[in-house]
Amino acid sequence: MDTTNLITSIDALEALKRQGLSRLSPDTPKITVGMATCGRATGAQAVFDALQAEIDNTPSSVTLTTTGCIGFCQVEPIVEVYRPGKPRVLFQNVTPESVRAIHAELLSGALPHAGVFCTLDGIPGTEVHRLAGTPHIDELPFYRKQKKIVLNRCGRIDPDSLAEYIALGGYFTLQKVLASMEPGDVIAEIEKSGLRGRGGAGFPTGRKWRLARGASGDVKYLICNADEGDPGAYMDRSLLEGDPFSLLEGMTMGAFAVGARQGFIYVRDEYPLAIDNLQTAISQAREHGLLGENIMGTGHTFDIRLIRGGGAFVCGEETALIASIEGRPGEPRQRPPFPVEKGLWGKPTVINNVETWCNAPWILAQGADAFVKLGTESSRGTKIFSLVGKINNTGLIEVPMGIKLREIVYDIGNGIPEGKKFKAIQTGGPSGGCITEELLDLPVDYDSLKQAGAIMGSGGMIVMDEDTCMVDVARYFVDFLKDESCGKCSPCREGIDRALEILERICQGAGAEGDIETLESIGEMMKNFSLCALGTTASNPVLSTIRYFRDEYEAHVRDHRCPAKTCRSLIRYRVIAQKCIGCMVCAKSCPQQAISGEKKQPHRIDQALCSKCGICFEVCKQNAIGKE
Amino acid sequence: MLRLHINDHEVTVAPGATVLEAAQSVGVRIPTLCHVKGIEPYGACRLCTVEITDSGRTSLQASCCCPARDGMVVRTDTPAVVKGRKVLLQLLLARCSQVPQIRALAAQWGVKSTPFSPKNDGCVLCGLCTRACAGVMGVEAIAFSGRGTSRRVGTPFRAASDVCVACGACTYVCPTGHIQMEAQTAARLRKNVAAEKKCRYMLMGMVSSKLCPNNYNCRSCTFDQTMEFRFGTHPSLAMGAMRPGAPVLTRSNGKDDQ
Repeated sequence: MDTTNLITSIDALEALKRQGLSRLSPDTPKITVGMATCGRATGAQAVFDALQAEIDNTPSSVTLTTTGCIGFCQVEPIVEVYRPGKPRVLFQNVTPESVRAIHAELLSGALPHAGVFCTLDGIPGTEVHRLAGTPHIDELPFYRKQKKIVLNRCGRIDPDSLAEYIALGGYFTLQKVLASMEPGDVIAEIEKSGLRGRGGAGFPTGRKWRLARGASGDVKYLICNADEGDPGAYMDRSLLEGDPFSLLEGMTMGAFAVGARQGFIYVRDEYPLAIDNLQTAISQAREHGLLGENIMGTGHTFDIRLIRGGGAFVCGEETALIASIEGRPGEPRQRPPFPVEKGLWGKPTVINNVETWCNAPWILAQGADAFVKLGTESSRGTKIFSLVGKINNTGLIEVPMGIKLREIVYDIGNGIPEGKKFKAIQTGGPSGGCITEELLDLPVDYDSLKQAGAIMGSGGMIVMDEDTCMVDVARYFVDFLKDESCGKCSPCREGIDRALEILERICQGAGAEGDIETLESIGEMMKNFSLCALGTTASNPVLSTIRYFRDEYEAHVRDHRCPAKTCRSLIRYRVIAQKCIGCMVCAKSCPQQAISGEKKQPHRIDQALCSKCGICFEVCKQNAIGKE
Repeated sequence: MLRLHINDHEVTVAPGATVLEAAQSVGVRIPTLCHVKGIEPYGACRLCTVEITDSGRTSLQASCCCPARDGMVVRTDTPAVVKGRKVLLQLLLARCSQVPQIRALAAQWGVKSTPFSPKNDGCVLCGLCTRACAGVMGVEAIAFSGRGTSRRVGTPFRAASDVCVACGACTYVCPTGHIQMEAQTAARLRKNVAAEKKCRYMLMGMVSSKLCPNNYNCRSCTFDQTMEFRFGTHPSLAMGAMRPGAPVLTRSNGKDDQ
């Protein structure tokens, strides 16, 4: 075995740290492209390729690197420009053309200002600069109220570079833990921090680790649950893509505390970039003696295997996930016994979510006391959310627990686009619920959200405006679960089937008196009778929308009216004759040819032909199409 | 021994017993569809859900899967249990609207009609057949396929099974009589298996593995008849009961194979 790369001492770590620092702050200019999935979705690959071609084709001293998600997905692709001794700056909405211009000006020694939206701190060890007239990143409304501890390195380092991870403090804590702490001390510290599981249920992590440590048997396992499946949620994905080493470090600490020698990361196959980055990270960690036998020369053994999930939402449930790793169908089983007693292959198993594991290195580095200062009495620390939907600033945010929903929506998210009215915020995905305007001053913590009929969940936050029909939202989530419930237990399977039948009926205007009450009784039964958490929470979207928007349900059922004008069967498009100038744009765009009329004369919509797709409404510049 | 309260009864059971077994031992009725003694509990039908207070915490749990603990207080008749059970029976009755056994069970618990549009499925997806096939016989000829509302029981890819030994255990445990053995199919299967397959007793290691002199027609097998007489149940399930500590199977509403 090649032992030249093994890290067995603090000196070796320090050497790699110096190497990482010189990569982060080299002596030549550097351009870093944000290449997480969010960046790629808006064209970061084209930006990267254009820049690569430019660097290849011109004599250039510029280095090109990539990084993960920096959070502000709304303005992706984001590019960071570094010049030795000058402030680091971020450019937003970069295109291949603009990145060529940036590169050309960089070579000429100047710095273009178009597209710069903020400056960044220098990497520790180098000078911190500010640029007059450009805000610092922490002054931007989007970042001002955030507190990045878990996402601290995400979007700052090259996720494929162990040296850069170490340069920003990585693995020093593991060295301290392995060399100078007892497993009991590690568990005590995590317990003291009050860290609760970030996967949604919020079980105290320290207690889970202690239970597993105390469980009988020599063989114990660790699992990282990275089967993130909620619609609109991408916290775990961004962490895995942007900072995979912090997960490996956190799990290695957990292994030491619990006494496990083998860990598994169960990641969904729909995350190809996360899988790539994790594989690279795992092989680098092995190469440097940070995984495998005799970690950092301390005699501890721990290795991690990557398991790719097959695409079943229910495999995010811990017992189903374990069944899936074992090669059985991904179906939950009755707990107890809990995985800490009888988990993978019947052995005591600690299963935590990605974000939970990634909290461990910070807590053990900064101490539980520092962690306790963040958050509220019952929910310590920070929480990562993906803020999506009808919101101006879409992005990945990390906020201290206890922050008000209003601050998230209006300060960080900068409110609702197009001056529309806020209607609800959905947390926790298909297991969560909707929270209304009146409850926006609710502090974000496990217990407050639960009380309001929603859940913290893993961190998806979907903002909805006045155009969103809440019955349709409930229908959407139940329809999602129809295919994603495993179908094992009858309350969940039959309950979802019938709830969907009723919701579809209501959306079509065929709802009957008593339907709302039937939905409620199905929902209550599912809560109490289902086997696993998927089933017991599956009715939350229905129950919470009924709780807060009963009038909207009643309007559908009694008046056959959709107040948000969303449900197709209940709306009608109509030409407002006074406003129509007869430009014929709507008639040409109508896929059903349902619109007729002479040029410069008011048009008509044939209701029999209209499929209510809404294209005419979108294309009319005169606002002459009415929706009723 | 463990002492627990179930409704107004004080019950004493041996460690390892489930809450359902404890209730049955004192005659407290709890409905169940997916549970048969001798087959690993599964917790799929959830009809046996009861309210349990243990160490100061009250929750609703499926009694078939819940190990009895000293000091537990169990109630089978709280409003949440009764109401949920009723809705669940309405749902199952709608699914299996033409199945006499389901109609009878629902009626027993006061559910005579359902607000949901009736379907006519014969299978409640209780998983007894698949568990009998895999867990008792060790064959796995049938299993679940599909997810959510499209879940169903069948052979792999719905093709004729080449591992089924036509033992009939699945037909015996099925609570709705949905699985039936066809005489012709059974004869064909037994013919097929003669060359290389083992009968249930060979599979369980009860008799040495060799060609069956009865051409795998279990009804003419003296060993089989002895087993049934001895245990008063379907022979293949009696095999399950032969395991150390397993209770004797007593279900008697099943149908035998031809």
